[in-house]
Amino acid sequence: MTIQAPPGRRIKAVGLISGGLDSTLAARLLLELGIDVVGLHYSTGFCMNDHRRAMARPDEEPRRMRNEGLRAGADLGIPVEILDAGEEYLKMVLNPKHGYGKRANPCIDCRLFMIHGAAEYMREHGGDFVFTGEVLGQRPMSQHMQALRTIERECGIEGYLVRPLSARHLPPTRPEELGWIDRDRLLGISGRSRKEQLDLSARWGIADFPQPSGGCCFLADENFAKRFHDMKEHTALERIRREEMILLKIGRHFRLSQEIKIIVARDEAENRFLSRFERPGWRFEAVDCGSPITLADGEPDTDMRRLIASITARYSDRRAEPLVEVAARNGDREERIVVPPVTDQSLAAWRI
Amino acid sequence: MNRRHDDIPVPAPVQVHADRRLDTVGLYCPVPIIRTSETVSRMSPGEVLEVLSDDRVILIDMPAWCRSMGHGYLGARQEGGELHLYVRKQERPVSTPAVAGKD
Repeated sequence: MTIQAPPGRRIKAVGLISGGLDSTLAARLLLELGIDVVGLHYSTGFCMNDHRRAMARPDEEPRRMRNEGLRAGADLGIPVEILDAGEEYLKMVLNPKHGYGKRANPCIDCRLFMIHGAAEYMREHGGDFVFTGEVLGQRPMSQHMQALRTIERECGIEGYLVRPLSARHLPPTRPEELGWIDRDRLLGISGRSRKEQLDLSARWGIADFPQPSGGCCFLADENFAKRFHDMKEHTALERIRREEMILLKIGRHFRLSQEIKIIVARDEAENRFLSRFERPGWRFEAVDCGSPITLADGEPDTDMRRLIASITARYSDRRAEPLVEVAARNGDREERIVVPPVTDQSLAAWRI
Repeated sequence: MNRRHDDIPVPAPVQVHADRRLDTVGLYCPVPIIRTSETVSRMSPGEVLEVLSDDRVILIDMPAWCRSMGHGYLGARQEGGELHLYVRKQERPVSTPAVAGKD
């Protein structure tokens, strides 16, 4: 079929490219149809690859740290812009209009945020429609029929949001009605099976993509979600910044009281990261031995500082000794606390 | 292949005259790429940007970004703990479809 482009130019689609298989296939399908494609890749601050990279563990596999959006753009031969979602995204995550999924995942609001951004990009830089790699029925919260319609309506681009992988299950879009896209060549994939996507990727020689079931968003992670909801419960929302979100990804977290929470680093990489993390408040470290850095949220009194010291001692190399000396520092103030390491039974009650 | 973080190869040293320099040392992904993109957008075609970084994975991301955007990746060299990467700004249409025109 010949594309009926607006006079004098080719059709251009602006799409969300996570670098996962679905968005890669959606872009590739549009390229097959002779449409120019520009990809947008959002940096949300919750990407596991970015976090692995910040930790810079020496034994980490490079493929698990690279930016998948850039990799997909390079493989497809399309420009991919990286956009920083910024504080606005965090505000949405803290107070999503459509609520959370099973964890801390505000999937519908997240899609709205990104598709809004793509629509804005399209208006500023020129483009004819927006596309995504969404698949009808693949995800329980954001990809059922009602959610797909809500997203399109609330983004204000009704008729101009194309889901090439599931298009034949959905009403025709304006680009199809105008003859820019041949509907018959769009796909009718639905459901959670990835078989059709894997067949397509084999046919098109797309071999390098992250494992579909892996997931790469902290907001959908069970442990992160517990910490996230604990923070929301104990902190005024307007005080929560991106820095707090970074700390939710690191270490063991213990809620000791309504006001006091501590973070205990788990390994050398986390220690290195926390030692560079500039933040006011108490820091604890066992003396003259391998020790985690422990950060305290809030203003611990003397008894509380003893408890935090004993937890720090529990994770130090001297955990088997009856008494361990721990240094507690807050700005210019330093004190030494000698304590027995806390028992594991006590720890369980405080763990988030 | 299960490559380790420290095994990401640094390409053979390059000698390139840079027209501009961008220091991203200490910044985490993807900020160095975002800053690179902003800087390159203000440069003229043919000019070379030198990007400083201490993030080894940028040796994977920067060539990918250049391929995606159509710019030239000229290579990198290591100086102590810092990497110096070189990008030549090139011009091309916004999108050059890889498989268009089959119909």
